[in-house]
Formats: sequence, C-alpha cells, structure tokens
Amino acid sequence: MNFKLLLTIAKSLLLARWRQTLVAAIGVTFSITMFITLLSFMSGLNDLLDGLILNRTAHIKLFNEIKATKDQPIDLSDKFKSSYHFIHSIKPSNARQEIYNNGAILKALHSDKRVKGIAPKIIAQVFYNVGAIDITGVINGIDVEAENKLFFFNDYVTAGNYIDLLNVPNSIILGKGAAEKMLANIGDVIQITTPKGDRIQLKVVGFFQSGLVELDKVQSYCSLTTTQKLLGKSSNYITDIQVKLNDMTTAPVLAKEYANTFGIDAEDIQTANSQFETGSSIRTLISYAVGITLLIVAGFGIYNILNMMIYEKMDSIAILKATGFSGKDVNTIFVVIALSIGFFGGLVGLLFGFGLSSLIDQIPFNTASLPTIKTYPINYNPKFYTIGITFSLITTYFAGLFPARKASKIDPVVIIRGK
Amino acid sequence: MSQIVLQAKGINKSFHDPITIQILKDINFTVNKGEFVSVIGKSGCGKSTLLYILSTMDTDFQGELLIDGESTKNKKEGQLALVRNEKIGFVFQFHYLLNEFSVLRNVMLPGLKLGKYSEEEVEHRAMQKLKILGIENEALKMANQLSGGQKQRVAIARALINDPLIIMGDEPTGNLDKKNGKIVFDIFQELAQEFKQTLLIVTHDNEFANSTDRIIEMEDGRIVKL
Repeated sequence: MNFKLLLTIAKSLLLARWRQTLVAAIGVTFSITMFITLLSFMSGLNDLLDGLILNRTAHIKLFNEIKATKDQPIDLSDKFKSSYHFIHSIKPSNARQEIYNNGAILKALHSDKRVKGIAPKIIAQVFYNVGAIDITGVINGIDVEAENKLFFFNDYVTAGNYIDLLNVPNSIILGKGAAEKMLANIGDVIQITTPKGDRIQLKVVGFFQSGLVELDKVQSYCSLTTTQKLLGKSSNYITDIQVKLNDMTTAPVLAKEYANTFGIDAEDIQTANSQFETGSSIRTLISYAVGITLLIVAGFGIYNILNMMIYEKMDSIAILKATGFSGKDVNTIFVVIALSIGFFGGLVGLLFGFGLSSLIDQIPFNTASLPTIKTYPINYNPKFYTIGITFSLITTYFAGLFPARKASKIDPVVIIRGK
Repeated sequence: MSQIVLQAKGINKSFHDPITIQILKDINFTVNKGEFVSVIGKSGCGKSTLLYILSTMDTDFQGELLIDGESTKNKKEGQLALVRNEKIGFVFQFHYLLNEFSVLRNVMLPGLKLGKYSEEEVEHRAMQKLKILGIENEALKMANQLSGGQKQRVAIARALINDPLIIMGDEPTGNLDKKNGKIVFDIFQELAQEFKQTLLIVTHDNEFANSTDRIIEMEDGRIVKL
C-alpha cells in the first residue's frame, strides 16, 4: 500500500515536468540505442572475421608430417644409453603422407561424443596445363557432403553447383583465380599433370572463391574418389582428417589425446591461428568500453536533472515530510523516478537499437574477398539487450541515489521557515 | 481532569550559528484535549521555533516532549514521521499544497500514507472534510488553480484527514486578507466547538488570540503568561 502510494507520487512528479523527464529519458534512449547498435555491428563484424577462419578451419587436423622419426636407432641401443648423441643431417625415411589405418581412426572419431563431425581430405600437388605452360596447383580431394556440412563449402562456390562434384565423374571446381588463368568456363574440360607425370582431363563444374586471392589462384576441389583416381591410389587413401568439435575450446587437449592414441600428428585451431582470437577479444573490449561510456554519460544527465528537480521540489518534499512521510519514503520516491526514467528510456532504446541495427543490416556491403556477404553483418545476440537494459537500470539507479539521499535529508523546518 | 494531549517539559533550544543564542528557555506547559490554545508574542520571541519542536519536525533541543503521553525523545526519524502523520495536523502560513496533484489528492495523501482506510474510504472522508470547509466544488481542480483563501482551507482539510489529536498552525491567517482570515478563523472556531478538535495556533494577531480558549504569551524565549 505504502509503496504503491509512493509510486503514484513519483509518477505525478514525473508527469508534472514531462518535458524534463523526456529529455532525461531521451538521453538514456540514445545511449542504449547506440550501445545496442554498436555492439551488434561490432560483434557481427567479429563473427564475420572469425568465421572467415573458423568456418573453413578444422578444430583439429590429423595428418602425417614428413619429418625424421623422433626415435632414432641409436636411441634404442642399450650400448649408448648413457652417452650424448651427436648426429647430423638426419633425413626422413621413405614415409608416406597417407594416414595409416584410417578406417579405424574414422570409426573411433565417429563414435566420440565430443566430436561434431569429421571430413576426410586428400591434398594433392598438381600442375594445371595451360597450353604449353604448367601452373602449380593444389587439388583438395574432399568428402563433398561432409565438407559442406562442416565447412560451408557451398557458400564459397560462386558459380555452378557444388554437388556436381559427386554427380559428374571426373569433375573439378576450380579456384576463381586459377580459372581466370586457364580461361576455363563451366562445362570446359581442363588438363592437369599429376606429380607422377600422368595427364588427366577433368570437367569444370564450378568456381570457388575463398576470399583470399592468392589461395584461389592455386586451390581447386575434387571429390575423394576422383582425387584417389588421379593419384592412382586405392579407395582408402586419405592424407588429412578434419575434425570439428562440439566445444572448440577443448581442441588443444583433444589434439594431444588423438596424437597419442592414433600415433599421428594433430594440430589444433588455437595453435594454428593464435592471432585471430587476440584480435576479436580486443575488438569486443573496445566496443563494450564505448558502450558503457555512453551509458555513464547518460547517467550524469539523469543525475543533473534529478538534482534540479529536487531543488524545484524542495517545498513539496518539505510538505510531504511535514505531513508524515519519512526520509526513507522521499528517498524511495526519487529512486523510483530515476529508475523509471532508466527503465522506459532503456526499453525504447532497445527498440530503437534493434531498429537501427536492422537498418544497418540492409545496407549493401560487397567486397570481392567475401563472396557470401551482401550487407553489413549484424549480430542480434539477446545478450546485448540484456546487458543494455541492466546497465541502464544500474546507472540510473546510482544517478538517482545521490540526489534522492539529498532529498531525504532535507529539513522541512528550514524550508518552511525560510519562506 | 481532562486528558493531556501535549506536554512540554523543560524545553531549551539554542542556535549555534554564528554565535550561540538561547532561543527557548525552560518551556513547560500542557495542552488538554479539546482546548483551543493560541501562542502569541513579538516577532523573534521563539514562538514558531517552539511550534516546530512541538510538531516533532525539529528534534535538536533539550528537554522532553510528550505527545499523547508518549515521549518523542528516543524515536527515530521514521517513527516521528508516523507520529506526525497520525496525530498531528499542520497548517502553515503559506498553504504549501503540492501543485502536481488535484485538491482532493492533496487532502488524501496523508490519509493514504497512514493506510488505515482503503483508498475509496479515504476519498470519501476527504470529500467530507472538504464539505465541512465549504470547498467541495473545487475538489477536482489542480491545487494551483485556487485562490489563497481556498488553498488555506484545503490545507486545513488535509490537516484533518487523519482525525489528528491536535492541529498546529503557524500563523495560518498571516498571509490572508481580512475576509479570508475571518473565514479561516471561523473554521477553527467551528472545529473547536463542534468537533472538539484540539488546536494550537501561533499568531501575532491579538484579535484572533482573544477569541481562543487560552492564550500563551511568550517573550524572549520564555512563557510569560499561561
């Protein structure tokens, strides 16, 4: 009952000076709007940049590195156990790039609950034949469906249909740059030379554009079977296993585990791309700092307006106290005033922020390096909205607290006798 | 013997700024239920200061104040606010209405604060009080649309809303012209006679004082005549 009464008093005081209230609320609205827009935009951009790497990079890559074995024969000999070994110019033995026993590894990974999906891959060095000239290139033999599911392969196929890799025998999706060099169009047949010197003809079914021009001049994609065929290998030949995990942060630990279990090399995404995480966390930090600064500035605005209001309402406060309202009641009234400015200003700010960010979402943004992006990226994370309204309430609460305490300490006798 | 509503026991008060001046010296008196008491004295003799101490708004004094037999000494600010709300009605020299509210709402506020009756009942009672004071037609106007005399009557209605033990007035007619002053005085008279309302009014209007039950005369911080 008492609180309800205080609420109605606060409401009347607010509405009696609605212009002033409006100005204060607009301050909050503006800062929340900018906070939401800024964070949505920045975080959208972050996600985009992260996605450039994350979408196409396996969380863990399993492969066979060509290197000298760690356990050299001399290490195994008992005779020289207590000696220090000086051996120079060790060369790797005739090791194959192929992952041994990959059927069992794939099966083990499939049944691992922590793994979201796996995509086997073959990397083959080839030459693209353009008339008399050979251009070096790399053909990625991929499991087309798995690659599309895990690494959004289709997003980067700018012409043609990715599934034709499976449907058309001996087909290839050329990197955009490589295609331009070869003057190849969809439907054309190109010729490549394998490392072993075999010449093979492949049909172009699409173009691929990764966003990295250098990469597109070299890379092309074939299905696993086509690649195995052109390398003259059996159908269980693969050189890489790309693993995507449910939780990316566990990658370094799991990479070690897999390396031990399967006896092959494993590289996690954090090690391979340590720079990108630093960049995105600093960008996030900056956008939060700017957003919170905006809110604090709005808080000072509310503080000023409430202070002014209290000077104007001295008489009213005195009379409320004289007729039996305690200092605590007066305090509550002014805190309620501040909070309602924060709440309604913030709520409208959330709406405007959503509106403004959807507007930005419509602005065309075309860049050659990002074929899938047509407009500015926006992240509509509800987290930003929660933070926005929480912060607007917190800042307005503190902005209201000090004037409210001042109001609660007003001595009615001084005001009434001062007249 | 009639019931004592208000008792002052050895009240002393000094102002310390800029130099210490004792403004009230050993004030002792009582007000009985149903009495219409006026306090008179020259300007600066301390009568208003005394009134604010008696109203519990000023707590910075020595001595003891009993309202309805209860000492105010060890009560906290919030408890004193409750005492003011329930037992004391106050009428100031200036009307001091809240301009943000309608007349009716102004009268209702202390009643709502007390929370003894439901909102509908408080509204009904507020209308009754306004009727006693003859301004029920103004109930829905905003407070700042009234004339000075009307405002003062609204202030009296507000003082009455919780049926207080005592109504205190600080020169309630001081800011009004003769005609309105007379109306307000007649209202006090009516309250005292018909409703047996206890009243303690500070005034420097001797004519006003002479028609009350009892006059307390003050001079230089002392009571010279009870």
